[in-house]
Amino acid sequence: MNLMKTLLGAVAAAAIGGAAMAEDPLKVGFIYVGPIGDGGWTYEHNKGRLAVEEHFGDAVETVFQESVPEGADAERAMTQMALSGADLIFTTSFGYMDPTINVAANFPDVKFEHATGYKRADNVSTYSARFYEGRAIQGHIAGKMTETNKIGYIASFPIPEVIRGINSAYIHASRVNPDVEFNIVWAYTWFDPAKEADAANALIEQGADVILQHTDSTAPLAAAQAKGGVIGFGQASDMSEYAPFPRVSSIIDDWAPYYIARVQAVMDGTWESTDTWDGIGPGMVAIGEITDAVPAEVAEEAMAMKEALADGSYHAFTGPINKQDGTVWLAEGETADDGTLAGMDFYVEGITAEIPN
Amino acid sequence: MDLSSINPLILLASLMVASTPILLAAIGELVVEKSGVLNLGVEGMMIVGAVTGFIAAVNLDSPTLGFIAAALGGALLSLLFGFLTQVLLSNQVATGLALTLFGLGIAALMGQNYVGIRAPATSDVPLGPLADIPVLGPVLFQHDAMIYISIGIVAAVWYVLTRTRAGLILRAVGESHDAAHALGYKVVRIRLMAIAFGGACAGLGGAYLSLVRVPQWTEGMTAGAGWIALAIVVFASWKPWRALLGAYLFGGITVLQLNLQAAGLKIPVEYLSMSPYLITILVLVIMSRDRTRAALNAPAALGKPFHASS
Amino acid sequence: MITLERRPEPSRMWQALTPVLAVVLTMIAGGLLFALLGKDPFEAIRTIFWDPLFNPQFASYSRPQLLVKAAPLILIAIGLSLGFRAGIWNIGAEGQYIVGAICGAAVGLAFYPTEAIYIFPLMVLAGAIGGTLWAMIPAVLKIRFGTNEILVSLMLVYVAEQLLASMALGALRNPDGGGFPGSRNLQQYPSAANPELIAGTGAHWGVVAAFIAVIAAYVLLNKHLLGYQIKLTGQAPRAARFAGVRPNVLIALCLGISGGLAGLAGLFEVSGPAGQISIDFNSFYGFTAIIVAFLGRLHPIGILLAGLLMALTYIGGELAQFMLGIPSAAIQAFQGMLLFFLLGVDVLSNFRIRIKPKQVA
Repeated sequence: MNLMKTLLGAVAAAAIGGAAMAEDPLKVGFIYVGPIGDGGWTYEHNKGRLAVEEHFGDAVETVFQESVPEGADAERAMTQMALSGADLIFTTSFGYMDPTINVAANFPDVKFEHATGYKRADNVSTYSARFYEGRAIQGHIAGKMTETNKIGYIASFPIPEVIRGINSAYIHASRVNPDVEFNIVWAYTWFDPAKEADAANALIEQGADVILQHTDSTAPLAAAQAKGGVIGFGQASDMSEYAPFPRVSSIIDDWAPYYIARVQAVMDGTWESTDTWDGIGPGMVAIGEITDAVPAEVAEEAMAMKEALADGSYHAFTGPINKQDGTVWLAEGETADDGTLAGMDFYVEGITAEIPN
Repeated sequence: MDLSSINPLILLASLMVASTPILLAAIGELVVEKSGVLNLGVEGMMIVGAVTGFIAAVNLDSPTLGFIAAALGGALLSLLFGFLTQVLLSNQVATGLALTLFGLGIAALMGQNYVGIRAPATSDVPLGPLADIPVLGPVLFQHDAMIYISIGIVAAVWYVLTRTRAGLILRAVGESHDAAHALGYKVVRIRLMAIAFGGACAGLGGAYLSLVRVPQWTEGMTAGAGWIALAIVVFASWKPWRALLGAYLFGGITVLQLNLQAAGLKIPVEYLSMSPYLITILVLVIMSRDRTRAALNAPAALGKPFHASS
Repeated sequence: MITLERRPEPSRMWQALTPVLAVVLTMIAGGLLFALLGKDPFEAIRTIFWDPLFNPQFASYSRPQLLVKAAPLILIAIGLSLGFRAGIWNIGAEGQYIVGAICGAAVGLAFYPTEAIYIFPLMVLAGAIGGTLWAMIPAVLKIRFGTNEILVSLMLVYVAEQLLASMALGALRNPDGGGFPGSRNLQQYPSAANPELIAGTGAHWGVVAAFIAVIAAYVLLNKHLLGYQIKLTGQAPRAARFAGVRPNVLIALCLGISGGLAGLAGLFEVSGPAGQISIDFNSFYGFTAIIVAFLGRLHPIGILLAGLLMALTYIGGELAQFMLGIPSAAIQAFQGMLLFFLLGVDVLSNFRIRIKPKQVA
């Protein structure tokens, strides 16, 4: 240990002059699971953070830590952030759920917001986005556009979020095109551009001419472009660099409105623990521009669906819908409840694949 | 399930694309190890190659210049390893691992402003009538230049190692640096050259990911390819053509498992995902049953520091 | 011309001084890097090295965290160092760490919700056995077929990662978790939890195990026949054979011990700080431990210090990230630099630098 002390002495000498304590703007912290340069999930959360900075200017100070592994490291990152005086901390990955709850118990005066989880406390809110609404629109476009009637789907891990997306896309694709068939490849990774490219190629070779993806890189779009005649959609971010073809539209995570609203709530003293699950209506899920590669009439139908989803007149899971085994899930006109959707672990009727495990 | 829908010829064509990054990195590392140096920093050199190649290709609007920059970037980084291990005689295993850490960090810093940008497209090599040959044409003659270059590098490495004096010297250095030194060869200089070659190849492999296979820059995009390349060298028992075989085998199984999933094969996905690694082990076990030959191929001085203290 | 001349014995003075020199050099080079990124270099260096230990705002929390972060690294590195000394290359500790965690957690979850005193010891046993068995795969293949252990142990890391994902989504998934991935949280199951033993110290069973491992390895290497055999095999394999070392036994022992310790590290992590089996449970401890082992010159005390130093750069790096907005990539590069300098300046312990007139060839 003497060695350590020697080292530290040297540092101390080198580091004369302390950090000046700043005036106290509201300090907002963000914990990210990936690097802010991942071009997908974390990239969009960071855009939300930047929007908060822009909106509030000097009234807020934002801090963030990227590439925080889930588990012990996350708990430490949150604790240190809370110790540093953060008033509000957004933890932006499902795996941060238990750490967030643990740390929140130690810091009752700090507000926490956990993305995509289901555990709450007096100072812990949860928020998530109804991406499946966007999937419904994608499914509609995909069903109309496919000529081979084969749609490829690159999935990450078999969790409710992903399964919900597959079901939503399938329901809306098969409504406009009963012959449509889904080929699903599980990449077992959130992020491996090379593997995503390979998966896209494998699906295209199987005859798919539409590729849907639930992984974050643009690799599948690049693969679609290389093959020609195959369309795809942007995921998480707009991926407009592949517009107008093969990227014909996109689902964008737009966390900015929510983040701004929650920061405002803390400033006003109106913050309370809530469970937010917002979709297209409040703007948490945005649909990227539908390009000219989509026939005008299909684009109009898609936009109409978007409006209906936004104003609540249409729910993406509206019966009649049967489960894969043929049993009735939703009767005519019945809509799915949030509990079932949140824990969805079954395919709907018509999908021939099986969920892993 | 419809297995007949998997076209083995198309599979062959796509496995070549999937295998090329690993192949390039592996053939470079093979030369390094033949000279008696173990550089575990392949992943770091690949990602630096990926980002320098991408930056150069975007700014100069030329994939070719991108690949050249990637080779230089990889070589430059590898010389850092070379300086530490050859001149300052640091431990090769630890230095290599540190190089990976450093490379991942530096690459991410360099690439900060290049996320979400498209790379200029690489075109296939115009092989004219060859590409139109039925069956063989699409498989063998409709690829980008780097695939042919990578095979060319393998051939060149094989030729140089087995048929030339330079190769003989390189192997001698890898077998016994003391003997080679006694014969008057500049051990350190030769090893530095081998290390730089290995870095350049790893850089090319990384750039193949960011410019052709993906093509895009994102942090951490090599996602472990460098480690696989290291394993391929051992798998190949330090023989160039076997490295080609190993890389294509590994890439082939990776692509095949995705194809099997796409075709709806009812095998649990997690076992399919494990298969490339398990099959690589299995093939190696079968090959290494003939113990004497496998052992003979490993460079005797691999990983041992050399100091001309005589 | 500058030449190096090997010292007959490594210099004790330089062995003590080189780490200090390396850290100072890293501060200079790292400071330049941070300055290039537009950050105040002095503040950055202070945040990384000083704040986790002495900043009144953080230190009481960060200091114990040092132990939490260092413990698995030290535990794994101690095991690896034995094999590395004997020339047995276990590169796959990451996989053994994962499998140990899976086995240990599985045993604990099998008893849920029974509360009994014997559950945690059984989990520890299962973790150690799991890691050992995973490491015995390369050992058996090497003994039986001469298959290279580097390749097999490395490939098994990726197999273990797939297994982990499969377990988190399947067999070990929390049945009350609403279909979400990840097991029950073992921290909330007292009989299976590995809590902080003394509040405010960070010390959990894994920290205790790490210290025991350091002492045991020290004794083994200095006092025990096996330690002698390991050292001899590494230095002179032929002589070792004449001295009665059975290489196959040594391979099995070295891989087994390192696998067992990595498995233990995984178990203590999953039942303590991490709490649950999740898809991304592993966080590179198995690979980082290889660096720690070599930084510590494969010596138990050295590994202890190296593990703590690594942990310091992690925690200090985290502080620097959110306090000063330094990107995590810069911290990674900074850690790489620190390692380069530590490894590079080591030359001074073993060699003397001489300046000679250039020889005429």
